[in-house]
Amino acid sequence: MAAFDLKLVQAKAARMRRDIVEMIASAGSGHPGGSLSAADIVATLYFGGALTHDPARPDWSERDRFVLSKGHAAPVLYAALAEAGYFSRDHLKTLRKLGSILQGHPDCKKTPGVEVSTGSLGQGLSIANGIALGLRLDHSPARVYCLLGDGELQEGQVWEAAMFAAHNNLSNVTAIVDHNGLQIDGACDDVLSVGDIDRKFSAFGWQVFEADGHDPSAIIDRLDEAASIKGAPSVVVCRTVKGKGVSFMEGLCDWHGKAPSAEQTVQACDEIATLIDESEVAL
Amino acid sequence: MSGRATREAFGETLVELAVEGIDVVAVDADLSKSTTTAKFASAYPDRFFNVGIAEQNMIGTAAGLAVAGKVAFTGSFAVFATGRAYDQIRNTVCYSELDVKLAPTHSGVTVGPDGGSHQMLEDIALMRVLPGMRVLVPADYNAAKAAIRVAAKTPGPFYIRLGRAGVPQVYEDGFEFEIGRANVLRDGWDVTLVACGLMVSQALAAAEILTEAGISAEVIDAASIKPLDVETIAASAAKTGAVVACEEHSIIGGLGSAVAEALGENQPVPFRRVGVRDVFGTSGDGDELLEHFGLAAGHVAEAARGAIGAKVR
Ligand SMILES: Cc1ncc(C[n+]2csc(CCOP(=O)(O)OP(=O)(O)O)c2C)c(N)n1
Ligand SMILES: [Mg+2]
Repeated sequence: MAAFDLKLVQAKAARMRRDIVEMIASAGSGHPGGSLSAADIVATLYFGGALTHDPARPDWSERDRFVLSKGHAAPVLYAALAEAGYFSRDHLKTLRKLGSILQGHPDCKKTPGVEVSTGSLGQGLSIANGIALGLRLDHSPARVYCLLGDGELQEGQVWEAAMFAAHNNLSNVTAIVDHNGLQIDGACDDVLSVGDIDRKFSAFGWQVFEADGHDPSAIIDRLDEAASIKGAPSVVVCRTVKGKGVSFMEGLCDWHGKAPSAEQTVQACDEIATLIDESEVAL
Repeated sequence: MSGRATREAFGETLVELAVEGIDVVAVDADLSKSTTTAKFASAYPDRFFNVGIAEQNMIGTAAGLAVAGKVAFTGSFAVFATGRAYDQIRNTVCYSELDVKLAPTHSGVTVGPDGGSHQMLEDIALMRVLPGMRVLVPADYNAAKAAIRVAAKTPGPFYIRLGRAGVPQVYEDGFEFEIGRANVLRDGWDVTLVACGLMVSQALAAAEILTEAGISAEVIDAASIKPLDVETIAASAAKTGAVVACEEHSIIGGLGSAVAEALGENQPVPFRRVGVRDVFGTSGDGDELLEHFGLAAGHVAEAARGAIGAKVR
């Protein structure tokens, strides 16, 4: 694991936020809210040393795996992969266009660094479990990280997978919940209350951690603790703000799945620019 | 494309039905704004249920409401409403012949930039094979309204396939949908174009292209894919001697297959399928994707020439 450098992760997250806004604006559609809420989590995974990976070898057998179960947040993954060097940044402006390697939802047959195609919610944790079982059969020390939305937890399959991971002592699985409190039709608590997420996972036999999902130091600490757990799967429930980093998107359902206008994009990028400390980013 | 989307008919028509005194309820899965069931929800909040992101539970709950005597409509996107909940649809809704009316939106490639994971191209096949399931694929907004109305008033399971994109108007306001009846929209002698959904407009445009080349095409809207109007389609095939089936769906298992089955048994003639050729969709603009996957009017005209060329002289 590479050393954790808070300033670097923050700078990467800010650049990713700018890329997210710009690529969705140029596509004219996409999901900014849930991409921005996950930016600090994904930046911590890829640039904070949580994930052991090598952009030059996307199929390196010893890499840790990342499954973006909430596939609609593809822009946050694409921003991280481009920033890490899995593919050229030039692709970002082709998002969602005909012939692009960057599909509306992650497509592992088209995008280097995408482990598995997602977009139908609720399926990622099962996939992560399967990968973890395979790695265990191969005596691999690699770990599997799976990012889920909080609305996504309403899918029954998530809990089938949760039960399975605990039953099979999949300590090489760490789930991360992007707990922004919102889905499409409203607040999760109004649409279908997910209840106490911590206690639910705990009752299913998981080791549960909590973190401020916009504080990379807290996220990396919890991920490190999670990685040291033996005999049980772990979950880090991250409290986040949907649309984080763009004032007019923060906390609003409306920004779940729509592109900003040209003026809104300028305003968003101006706000994000104040967060970017270019001197911290190794280009 | 222009005009209203078929999905826009959904919530509105549910409200109309409720006003008329029909005991409709609706269940959606965190997509009520996109499917437009939100319109029904605001008019009849106590008759709308949002199950969250849980399509299997959506179908199961609708089934229970039907058992309790309600006419239960369900929403969500075509890909999740059918594929995710298939066993619930088969073993609960269809096996018990319940009054569940699935009317998911976002079918086909015109879903656009969301990409292949969201462009449902296999739903007609999945639904058509279920015993007792009626499958309706309306061509425009007015036909969608009519399809929803007839499904509400006819006992048993229905699948009504709705789309995201605006489509040209084909039918007048007040059009009535007849289950099991195909509509001959244009008479012709050289070839029959049988279409459903937004491909009806493409077929009509193809007929114009063919006219300029001196070819006369009959255009049939086979919106009722199951039951299929075998009589009308076979009679047209007997007259023209060549048939092209056109659908925004896989060429496997959908309208093309239904028409091939009907013609094979009743009126074998040279036949071509216009549809997505056994691949997944991809991100892009809706109109651009119709071109990309060979579903535009020009492709229909080309297929018609192929079918005509295969006639035995
Ligand atoms: C199986 C399935 N059902 C419905 C959808 C449509 N959909 C896309 S995003 C979304 C809401 C997701 O909410 P949440 O999991 O909380 O994600 P976030 O707030 O992080 O964006 C829905 C319903 C889907 N992609 N997959
Ligand atoms: Mg959420």
